[in-house]
Amino acid sequence: MSLLDSFKDPHLCQAVLERIHAELHGELRFMEVCGTHTVSIFRSGVRSLLPENVVHLSGPGCPVCVTHDSEVALFLELAGKNAIIATFGDLMRVPGPEKRTLKTAQAEGARVRIVYSPFEAIKLAQDNPNDKVVFLGVGFETTAPAIAATLKTAREEGVHNFSVLSFHKLVPPALHALAADPELQVQAFLLPGHVSAIIGVEPYRFLAQQHGIPAVVAGFEPLDILQALHLFVTMRNKGQAEVINAYTRVVADAGNTKAMAMLNEVFMPADALWRGIGLIPGSGLVLRPEYAAHDAMQVFDLTLRDVPQIKGCQCGDVLKGKISPDQCVLFGKACTPAAPVGPCMVSTEGSCAAYFKYRV
Amino acid sequence: MERVLLDYGSGGKASHRLIGELFLKYLGNAYLNRLDDAALLDIHGPISVSTDTFTVDPIFFPGGDIGALAVHGTVNDVAMLGARPRFLTCGFIIEEGLPMADLERIVASMGQAARDAGVMVVTGDTKVVPKGMVDKIFINTTGIGEVFVPKPPSGHRAAPGDAILVNGFIGDHGLAILAQREGLTFDAPVCSDCASLNHLIARLLEAIPEVHVLRDPTRGGLATTLNEIAGQSQVECRIFEDRIPVRPEVSGGCSFLGLDPLYLANEGKFLCILPEQYAQQALEIMRSDPLGHHAACIGIVGQDHPGKVVLQTPLGGTRLMDMLEGEQLPRIC
Repeated sequence: MSLLDSFKDPHLCQAVLERIHAELHGELRFMEVCGTHTVSIFRSGVRSLLPENVVHLSGPGCPVCVTHDSEVALFLELAGKNAIIATFGDLMRVPGPEKRTLKTAQAEGARVRIVYSPFEAIKLAQDNPNDKVVFLGVGFETTAPAIAATLKTAREEGVHNFSVLSFHKLVPPALHALAADPELQVQAFLLPGHVSAIIGVEPYRFLAQQHGIPAVVAGFEPLDILQALHLFVTMRNKGQAEVINAYTRVVADAGNTKAMAMLNEVFMPADALWRGIGLIPGSGLVLRPEYAAHDAMQVFDLTLRDVPQIKGCQCGDVLKGKISPDQCVLFGKACTPAAPVGPCMVSTEGSCAAYFKYRV
Repeated sequence: MERVLLDYGSGGKASHRLIGELFLKYLGNAYLNRLDDAALLDIHGPISVSTDTFTVDPIFFPGGDIGALAVHGTVNDVAMLGARPRFLTCGFIIEEGLPMADLERIVASMGQAARDAGVMVVTGDTKVVPKGMVDKIFINTTGIGEVFVPKPPSGHRAAPGDAILVNGFIGDHGLAILAQREGLTFDAPVCSDCASLNHLIARLLEAIPEVHVLRDPTRGGLATTLNEIAGQSQVECRIFEDRIPVRPEVSGGCSFLGLDPLYLANEGKFLCILPEQYAQQALEIMRSDPLGHHAACIGIVGQDHPGKVVLQTPLGGTRLMDMLEGEQLPRIC
């Protein structure tokens, strides 16, 4: 059995599940804040095997889900500006005002290209020197360094027709906001493996130190997730709250310092809007002034505008773990993957979509 | 380089040259060579008819091309009703400027695929449209076959207690196309599984006419096809994830791209749903054929959740395997 396969091994998983069963007293409400965890927990069947007193909540961990309506409105505005839009695929279906999406904009004639890497967008700009190419910068700390590297390349090589619309989001400030919410119903955080590989473990220490909430950095295989849950149980039984790195095969405690340096060279923190949650101070990344020539906000003179809130949508409460997706009145009726109302139903990694798609 | 000109679709001498020098050369037979307005066919008993229009980017891909695909795809659809495919019609819409060598390669490939499948192209049509009006070439084929089983398989006939079989690895075609289109390279290259299944289907049905459902999981993949069947028959399809044959390079490529092989297109696969007592015999027939070496029983038909496909994961957990909303889009992270 390969190392990776052992993290899927049914017997090992069963053994950990039995220990959780035996050692957990009372209810454990844990939240993951990573779309890959959301999908893995459902897809692997882990969710259907959890003891009844282990409650799984999906937080604001899907980059598509947390992209704000006002930001999507700007994507669509750009699509109408005769620019070539380069984007990761899963933004295509995110509804903006009047339920318009990049897909509908594309059908109306906008030039939208799905790329797998931001570097493809530079190539697109070089191949189309008479057009402006804008890359939609959406994602967390995981993807931001690669986009920073792309911007640096564009600047150094003088690719003047390339810009980035940066709506990157940062995970620790969102966790700050959640942990400080007096209504928060979360007893433990499963921390994102990918993001942590970049930022390391230090930025999460406040969870345990200031709020007494245990947290574990975990990988994405079933055994990774179950071991993290068992660590929560063990900490609770010992009366401790710590931040533990249980994904040491990928995550160094100090993170990836080179990637962080790249990120900090190009971007700086700024306040950002999160769908369903609102403004979180210091939770976004914007381009530093030296990169103004590649900042789509400035190149196209864009301004974020208020757009009306979606009526009846309780994504905000879902993202904060206050209700489960099926407790929203719209769930499965007015809001389905075919006709998503809120962000959590749009993305394949959204908690409502996962609930709808995978729950038997 | 010689290219297809608008003249070739004019109906005049250029069109006739194209027909004579290209289409008849590779696809010619006693029916087609008559060049009447329609083909006169001799068909017996109930017939199975299916039509499909093929658009694929790129038109040449590892394991096949649009021409072979246009034959295999329709042959397979006709065969799934328990029929022997006999005749194909073929309509081309060609973009002005397509290299003649590409067209020849495609038509030659159709000819080979048709011979392999034992079908004849009996009538056809060619249109050439101005540059930009279509992407290189679109091909429509309609197939006709003679049904040879008393009770044709149908998506409505899955019944509780049936076994669900598939004839081999899934997801190959979808990933091969995507990788080629996006210029992605993997350590182990993935080839399309594009193939005509009619000979294997005939052997299977001659031995086991009791087969309830045959269907090829093309667009939307295995997951979508199972959902269609569960819906049509109002049964539960319960699938065991660890029994689904997926090549390691396909699952690797998919996990890299954030895709799910269960939703990737296949062009040489079929699902066979039949009473459990015939499952072993059917697997033996499949495995004795080059197109079925890796056949497996992947699930059973039940009645707990009518209209749903329930996946049992290797951990023993269960989850829904739903239909996709639209096309699969790669994820951000």
